[in-house]
Amino acid sequence: MTIHKLTLPLTEEDVRKINVGDNIYVTGRIVTARDDAHKHALNLKEKGEPLPVDFGKLGIYHCGPIMQKDETGTWHMVAGGPTTSSRMEIFQDKFIKNFGSRLIIGKGGMGSRTTAACEKYGAIYGMFTGGAALLAAAAVKKVVEVHWLELLGMPECLWVLEVEEFGPLMVGIDAHGNNFFSDNAKKTEAAREKAYSIIAGVME
Amino acid sequence: MELEKIIEDTAVQLLRISATRLPVNVVNALEQIKETATGQSALLQLGNITTDIGIAREKSKPMCQDTGIISFKLEVGDDFPLKSKLKDIFVNATRRATKEIPLRPNTVDFFEGNPKDNVDVRGHIPYFYIDLVPGDKLKILATTKGGGSSNVAALGMLKPGVGLEGALQFVIDTIIKAGPQGCPPYRVGIGIGGGEDICMTLAKKAIFKQIGERHPDPKVAKLELAVMDAANQLPIGAMGVSGSKTVMDVNIELASRHPASLPVGVVMSCWALRYGKAVIGSDGSVDIIET
Repeated sequence: MTIHKLTLPLTEEDVRKINVGDNIYVTGRIVTARDDAHKHALNLKEKGEPLPVDFGKLGIYHCGPIMQKDETGTWHMVAGGPTTSSRMEIFQDKFIKNFGSRLIIGKGGMGSRTTAACEKYGAIYGMFTGGAALLAAAAVKKVVEVHWLELLGMPECLWVLEVEEFGPLMVGIDAHGNNFFSDNAKKTEAAREKAYSIIAGVME
Repeated sequence: MELEKIIEDTAVQLLRISATRLPVNVVNALEQIKETATGQSALLQLGNITTDIGIAREKSKPMCQDTGIISFKLEVGDDFPLKSKLKDIFVNATRRATKEIPLRPNTVDFFEGNPKDNVDVRGHIPYFYIDLVPGDKLKILATTKGGGSSNVAALGMLKPGVGLEGALQFVIDTIIKAGPQGCPPYRVGIGIGGGEDICMTLAKKAIFKQIGERHPDPKVAKLELAVMDAANQLPIGAMGVSGSKTVMDVNIELASRHPASLPVGVVMSCWALRYGKAVIGSDGSVDIIET
């Protein structure tokens, strides 16, 4: 396991150096995007319409945060833990292909389509601790801009965030075709009989 | 102060405690898992968890943005002066807590949308478990359990022929299926017997026992330890990164079953096993119970 301190945006060379099981801390700009934001962004791209941010340069964070505006009109993140990434599995490969995204952040892992896109185009998936909403907010140094707030609402819209040493994120998918979570699910399946035998051992 | 106001204020305070202060017995269980963790990534994940818990306590902010569907377990003394008014008081407290703490509004109605106050427009939420008990006190358990770990709960209406062993295998299957999705280390509550509703309710209540509390019947207590041992053979670990225990504790509630049924309920909590407890006397005295 290697710990990498990375500055965004990542290059293809950066991501090819990283392996599943490594842990990373990222500094730079990320953008929150959940189901609706992914869908909307891909629709606009398909129609050839302009997008408000460059999804290729920003880390994509699966997160529906609680944000608050202070007296001066400046936005702050109150809480921003990751949401379950598997819901974005139907969009992520197209996202990586169309926009050249190199870093996806979420929780719970993603599937084979995302894994294939990460390998082909050079991207990684980092897992942040589910529920650790205040720790995530502590890494946010500045809310840079917000898009689609009226259209999608606070949890679903695009919040562009300046983060400092956000992490540790465990790399769940690397750019070499490896997927930690699907491998570990197989190992978990394989441990079923051992678990059953412990239960059988205490039956009268 | 009026007793009604005291109860409402206490309920708001308990929701705040639940959302922002993880019970000490749960913190200790997580610390113990951290001490025995062997994986570096698991140690980092558990470090994130304990740091987050610390920030929440210090800043009095919700440790997780998902504070779930609010429920209250009430034990109402025979001689406690308020009874039918209690529900309204707790509904008001839920509305206030949503604004004051604040809590994320989570009650979405299919037709009416989200009223943004964590109260169900049709009257089912906050949800109540009410017991009538001797004495003149009101005992309150306030809970803010997140949706992610509720999504991995399961009900099994098994064939009685599979027996107790089959019931406990179903529990293992449920934990395997949950994998990392419900934010482990998990607290597992199991209800066996009764009916489809009874076993789920028993399982839900079981997760709010103190960590380490064993069933009074040693035959059941032995099963609790066996399921915990068995579940900890699964290489899921903290947040699914393997390299640490998967489960912090297991509690089983056993009820008699219909001869033709074997209902098994499995309810899991994420690492953020949150609740607040208090006892209110008829005289308005309030005792917040540290757990």
